[in-house]
Amino acid sequence: MEENKENKVDKTGKISRRQLLGGALAAAVLPVASSFTGLVQEEVPPVAPADPTKVQGIPPGKIGTRSPFENPARKASDISSRSPLQDFYSTITPSDLHFERHHAGIPNIDPEKYELLIHGMVDRPMKFSLADLKRFPAFTRTCFIECAGNFRRGKAEMTPQEILGLTSQSEWTGVMLSTLLREVGVHPKAKWFLAEGGDAALLTRSIPIEKAWDDAIIAYGQNGEAIRPAQGYPARLLLPGWEGNTNVKWLRRIEISDQPYFTREETSKYTYPVNGKIRMFSFEMDARSIITYPSYPQQVQRGWIEIRGIAWSGRGKVTKVEVSTDAGKTWNDANLQEPVLSKAHTYFRHLWQWNGAETEILSRVTDETGYIQPTLKQLVDARGADIGGYHMNPITSWIIKRNGQVLFKPEKYK
Amino acid sequence: MNMGFKRAGLAIAVLLATALALYFIFIPAQGDYPKSFGFGKTATAADIATVDFDIRPDGKGLPAGEGRADSGRVIYVAKCAACHGADGKEIKGVKLPGPPLVTSAKGKSKTIGNYWPYATTLFDYVKRTMPYNAPGSLSNDEVYALSAYLLSANKFISENTVMNARSLPKVVMPARDLFVRDDRKGGNEVK
Repeated sequence: MEENKENKVDKTGKISRRQLLGGALAAAVLPVASSFTGLVQEEVPPVAPADPTKVQGIPPGKIGTRSPFENPARKASDISSRSPLQDFYSTITPSDLHFERHHAGIPNIDPEKYELLIHGMVDRPMKFSLADLKRFPAFTRTCFIECAGNFRRGKAEMTPQEILGLTSQSEWTGVMLSTLLREVGVHPKAKWFLAEGGDAALLTRSIPIEKAWDDAIIAYGQNGEAIRPAQGYPARLLLPGWEGNTNVKWLRRIEISDQPYFTREETSKYTYPVNGKIRMFSFEMDARSIITYPSYPQQVQRGWIEIRGIAWSGRGKVTKVEVSTDAGKTWNDANLQEPVLSKAHTYFRHLWQWNGAETEILSRVTDETGYIQPTLKQLVDARGADIGGYHMNPITSWIIKRNGQVLFKPEKYK
Repeated sequence: MNMGFKRAGLAIAVLLATALALYFIFIPAQGDYPKSFGFGKTATAADIATVDFDIRPDGKGLPAGEGRADSGRVIYVAKCAACHGADGKEIKGVKLPGPPLVTSAKGKSKTIGNYWPYATTLFDYVKRTMPYNAPGSLSNDEVYALSAYLLSANKFISENTVMNARSLPKVVMPARDLFVRDDRKGGNEVK
């Protein structure tokens, strides 16, 4: 909601004046090209002056805006919004395009009143203001956050955003949770901690204490500035590589315990059927990849095409991405953009000369544990036909038609 | 001899440099942290009591109070039925704002009856965040009564069973036996 309001101001307030100064004109609704994604509808089609070297440009301003010719946008439902993966040239997700999944909307929290309470099996229960959190030694790392239910399919006309847009990546800054746990003194018999958000869902998850000592962060910074309200302002739990909902936003309380609480989110939600049983506490996001170019609804031409995409693993680094341009018969190693970071979106590229014949292109990732991204069939064979929607990471394919049309290959399994 | 000394000196220097590099790269930065930074305040019992609400399957955290299915049904109709349907059961072809809560013969949805492993989770979740239009507004007695109604509608307890801090954790939910912890560790296997 917050973000939508921001956008509205951009389109109606100061910005339109600035665009006019720059020579942009408003007219009817027209489709415009957006990076290499194809066509999108834009309310105010921009027009540049015939020769920008012959008019004064717009003056400097307080807040920057995108080029009026670029309109990347999230795709929102009532409970989530999806990142436009096909619009990104690299792996940092601009903060205003980070995916969202809220269980009770975005709370409006006064940072002056914010407190994080840590209690339970500790020597000294303590509360920390936002200013307190910022005084501790800080730590910055880049990693992805992905929703456990990140996978949609069912028809050919689907974009990467629609299929897999519930993953995003930021550079996060905060204090290591282990630093705070040293401050409160944790009982040696502690095995779990409960994290609770300060939204109307008071969302709770039980987390094994090892994660707190390993790499958990209480993050207050996102891409160099204060974390956005939609991502947990003023502070959130960040558990690199673990399913989205465990990264509790608007974090207000941590209770150290010797057992899990079996909250609603870890029992009736975010669990899935596996061969007649129900699997719970699936924390790590399994390695997966997707080709974001070319993808639907783009149109390609015969000749050289650089196939591009992202790959990631919740268990560590991506070690290899293979691309097939012949429906999986043969595979080629793609180039990985350095630096390859642990538990982070990794950009891959593979140069290919298309001869104009109909084919299928697909990618599969291998992570540093040796895990290879499976096919949908492998997942169904391993888990049973009643497979559920969580932690589904199959190889996804694009069909390229003779006329250059690119379509998602929807696979059936039920 | 002289050369030997030089070589030994060089070797020691290299070793020292390597050790230093290893120290800075591999020793966690927290190695040189003080025992305490002294930031933050001690939380008082009152600070904790204000926000400390969570219930474990063993019943730890359940508050005083009690309720029965008959009064729970009245609360359900007034505060829950708008989203979850008149009797909480799946209605074929109708997508309600909230999920079905009661298992029915033909229904295929996940419900409290067929998918929830612990009755304590029901109390925790309803008290925590329901009803949707007034989160956290229900009294403990109301939540016990609603728990009794929903557990009795799912045929886990009789209509007359009183739900309170002692009886609620004892309700056996059949789905409990279905839940298994994820034991995957990465590596080359698909599970």
